[in-house]
Amino acid sequence: MVRLITHNLLACHAKGCTSNNFPLLFQDAAVELRDADFNADFLRGFLPRLEWPALVGAARQLGDTSLPAEQPDMLDDDFLQKLHHVLLEIHVEEGAMVCPNCKHVYPISNGIPNMLLAEHEIG
Amino acid sequence: MSRPELVAPPEIYYGDIEAKKYTNNSRIQQIQADMTYRALELLNLPPDEPAFLLDIGCGSGLSGEILDEEGHMWVGVDIAPSMLEVALEREVEGDLFLQDIGQGFGFRPGSFDGAISISVLQWLLNAETSHPTSSPPHRLTRFFITLHAALKNPSRAILQFYPTSDDQIQLITSIAQKAGFGGGVVVDYPNSKKARKVFLCLFVGGGGGAQQVPKGLESEVEDEGKVQFEKRRERLKSRSGGKRKNIKDKDWILKKKELYRQRGKEGVPNDSKYTGRKRKAVF
Ligand SMILES: C[S@@+](CC[C@H](N)C(=O)[O-])C[C@H]1O[C@@H](n2cnc3c(N)ncnc32)[C@H](O)[C@@H]1O
Ligand SMILES: [Zn+2]
Repeated sequence: MVRLITHNLLACHAKGCTSNNFPLLFQDAAVELRDADFNADFLRGFLPRLEWPALVGAARQLGDTSLPAEQPDMLDDDFLQKLHHVLLEIHVEEGAMVCPNCKHVYPISNGIPNMLLAEHEIG
Repeated sequence: MSRPELVAPPEIYYGDIEAKKYTNNSRIQQIQADMTYRALELLNLPPDEPAFLLDIGCGSGLSGEILDEEGHMWVGVDIAPSMLEVALEREVEGDLFLQDIGQGFGFRPGSFDGAISISVLQWLLNAETSHPTSSPPHRLTRFFITLHAALKNPSRAILQFYPTSDDQIQLITSIAQKAGFGGGVVVDYPNSKKARKVFLCLFVGGGGGAQQVPKGLESEVEDEGKVQFEKRRERLKSRSGGKRKNIKDKDWILKKKELYRQRGKEGVPNDSKYTGRKRKAVF
């Protein structure tokens, strides 16, 4: 159940990998859509925490192009609905996430990413 | 008291069989739920707002389920694949990660409004896992530094655990302090053998709200604490009751089951008049 809300918070945590380690790139992603309860207040509150270009990029990798490249100033309902869908309803079930810097591969199986590091990668 | 952390590494101890046994034990369900409610109380979140929380060592979702119930969003991490498997079967709402917390987190700064951890930290005092590892102090250091970074300022992390000695409490709190946390330890029902519970209450920044470490709960008569603990939970439950609509009503469960049957998942329970009934607290 990697959703883009969590993907957007996730950087590589391998030893010494401290720059250009975000966002992780999806590889061979298999996606499932599931309805979630819409909560406009939650979305508005969460927005400042998001890295917008990373979110737009990740959504595009998964085939969703509904978000504008620039984060809009007006948070109208139409926009919040799209944001809701991208953040909370797209589930990556299989595939992997790859660090853009050290190229560590975090495999995803059954919706669960494997974040375990090898010995030489532990900080 | 049994000490599973001395028996085997966590991902071995919580294998398929133990993961199911643990999760289906109604006494364990009750205890984990009680402690999660207490952790939420100590987290001191703004009322009636959904928060984005981290559940450290989420296991099969007994703690996360309470977060769902209270309307929060959460991310859960655990090192035991079998526990996570059970969490998937139970359809918890949180995003799950297979992760060794002793290796640290990669979450960006300020990702979470708070963190809870129920009955997990004692495992970090024992270095053994079947993955590459380092000494307990090293793992605790890595854990607390990356946790501190992942939390927003101000916020709190509440970690209930089972120390074997005051030295262990000392070790853990000193490493947490070095990582930048304020706060301290809250002991509920300190005089009761059964109900005594240790909560590490860690503050980022001011911790949100009052800066003093909250007081532990007291019971007047030894070993009556347990009873009070559960009564309190009932109160807490009724207080939050009605605030949020229960999404897992009978229709919802039937819909999910149907979906799973369509997908060819085996072992989906038959529908009965008990499906989706309110679960009663077990005493
Ligand atoms: C007693 S269970 C508690 C699970 C859940 N919090 C609950 O309240 O039911 C302890 C959990 O800690 C997990 N755990 C132990 N060591 C861990 C580690 N190094 N990293 C992540 N999880 C760990 C175990 O796999 C197990 O699921
Ligand atoms: Zn990396």
